[in-house]
Amino acid sequence: MRKWLDPITTAWNGVITHKLRSFLTMLGIVIGVGAVITLMSVGRGAEEQILTNIQSLGSNLITVRPGAFTFGGVRGGVSQTLTIEDSQAIAGQVPNIAAIAPSYTSSLQLVYGDSNTDSQVTGTTPEYMAVNNLETAGGSFFSYDDYQRSNKVVVLGTNVADTLFGDTNPIGQQIRMGTIIVRVIGVLESKGFMFGSPDDAVYIPLTAMQQTVAQPRTPQGGRIVSAISLTVSDESHTQSVIDSITSLLRTQHHLTAMAEDDFNIMSTEEIAATFSEAMGTMTLLLGAIAAISLLVGGIGVMNIMLVSVLERTREIGIRKALGARERDIWGQFLIEAAFLSFAGGIIGVVGGWGISFLIDSMGIMTTLITPDIVILAVSVSVGIGLFFGFYPAWNASRLNPIDALRSE
Amino acid sequence: MIKLENITKTYPMGKRELTVLSGINLHIKQGELVAIMGPSGSGKSTMLNLIGCLDKPTSGNYYLEDKEVSRLSGGELAQVRGKKIGFIFQTFNLLPRLSALANVELGMRYVGGSDRKKATEALVRVGLEERANHRPTELSGGEQQRVAIARALVKNPPLLLADEPTGNLDSKSGEGIISMLTSLHAEQGITVIMITHDANIAHHCQRIIHLKDGEIVTEETA
Repeated sequence: MRKWLDPITTAWNGVITHKLRSFLTMLGIVIGVGAVITLMSVGRGAEEQILTNIQSLGSNLITVRPGAFTFGGVRGGVSQTLTIEDSQAIAGQVPNIAAIAPSYTSSLQLVYGDSNTDSQVTGTTPEYMAVNNLETAGGSFFSYDDYQRSNKVVVLGTNVADTLFGDTNPIGQQIRMGTIIVRVIGVLESKGFMFGSPDDAVYIPLTAMQQTVAQPRTPQGGRIVSAISLTVSDESHTQSVIDSITSLLRTQHHLTAMAEDDFNIMSTEEIAATFSEAMGTMTLLLGAIAAISLLVGGIGVMNIMLVSVLERTREIGIRKALGARERDIWGQFLIEAAFLSFAGGIIGVVGGWGISFLIDSMGIMTTLITPDIVILAVSVSVGIGLFFGFYPAWNASRLNPIDALRSE
Repeated sequence: MIKLENITKTYPMGKRELTVLSGINLHIKQGELVAIMGPSGSGKSTMLNLIGCLDKPTSGNYYLEDKEVSRLSGGELAQVRGKKIGFIFQTFNLLPRLSALANVELGMRYVGGSDRKKATEALVRVGLEERANHRPTELSGGEQQRVAIARALVKNPPLLLADEPTGNLDSKSGEGIISMLTSLHAEQGITVIMITHDANIAHHCQRIIHLKDGEIVTEETA
């Protein structure tokens, strides 16, 4: 029993007899691990938040866009192939669709009094609200009646409303949009930060939009739209709906069997997966930056251990005279280094956890600590201790006992 | 117990070689009390280090308890040191941050593991049980050397090597240490080899070996 305990008590004695030095050695690891935990938790938190936002669009949302549209890849030369007629065909022929809304998006200038902004204006149908899970914070979305009558009414995203109106209540106000005057009838609830957030969008009946923007047409006379979004009645039908739409649109667009799709269908799930991957890379990058400080901490461990070996040359000589083999000495210093960096790792985890909790609770950013980050950080810190402790320990073990005993 | 056959030890000194021991032949029987004397640089310490398996001879054979040890590996030599040999140094060589008891425990650390009970017994044998929790800096020189003796004794080695054990002590504590070593030898039959400059101390021993320039010049038997 004692025989097993001896190396650990020896290492422990080495640590506590040099308290300040041990503390400083650990500090490098503490800061490194703390930085890894904090930055990774920020990355994971952002990832989680964006995924939640995407999910808030509705998990059964499907978006059809023209051309070979890929996330992450190059989005070049988008062909204008999608039309209102396509949307009508889908609505009429594909089963299990809860709601469908074609939309045409164009950048337009909005002016109210002295303020003006360029905004992505989306002309669409009243179903768009239900399809995209939008909620109004004030006023209402435009109605089917507005759509039929081409009423010049708009619904603003929160950011647009803030930019144009500041503290003024925008509901009922008239603004200029492109060449026409429109009336604000609603402001949307915020959806939070994400790519293409409705917070930055403006919605108008597609019929009204056509009065200021000439909606392009295909050679066959179809009215081109930027996207068709739809929801399936049940998530389990997502794939079958995607398949049906694909074959329907291929027929509509007269594509030969060899031709590639001239449209792209994405479900929320796929978008979420793509984002998740991108955010994962970002988190990893943050972690890698923090890992540099962990590396510096490891070099600190090595430095201190080398000094420690020098300073304890005589002790090593005494131990060797008492029968310590090379591996006993080697083990002693290695355990000491591993112990220091392990303890530093644990303190770093606690510290990093505290900091990321503070960041979260002060509302700076959402953070998320997952067990894998903790396990990774602690095991990496122990690994660093072993790696950087190896050379000093090896040095110590090879000291000649006579020279070591003679040293002062 | 100990048989040195034609032992030489040379150290490289720049391009030349420094011969510290040349052709040492020595036989020490079990239970002998031997003093090694000689001027500085005569090779006393080198010889004791070789006997203590802290070093290997350049040539020659060394039999410890009939076993040739001069060609053993570092790890095997460490084992021999741990099991067979107790060291007592002029400068005591206690670990300053450990208590007397912990220092004595260290004597068993690499041979079978620390054993508090045996360490306490060894401290009782040198009459320091009341100082068990004191650190070396809180002990007198004589007391420190007694702790060192306890550390050497705790594993019951057949051979005790002392390199000027009284060199850093006043004459009174020095006498105490010598009488302790002689009584250990007398009562327990431990083989003791000590280096000393002090002829009075040497005359407590059964045999005195005089070294000069790396050779044994005379041997006296009491």
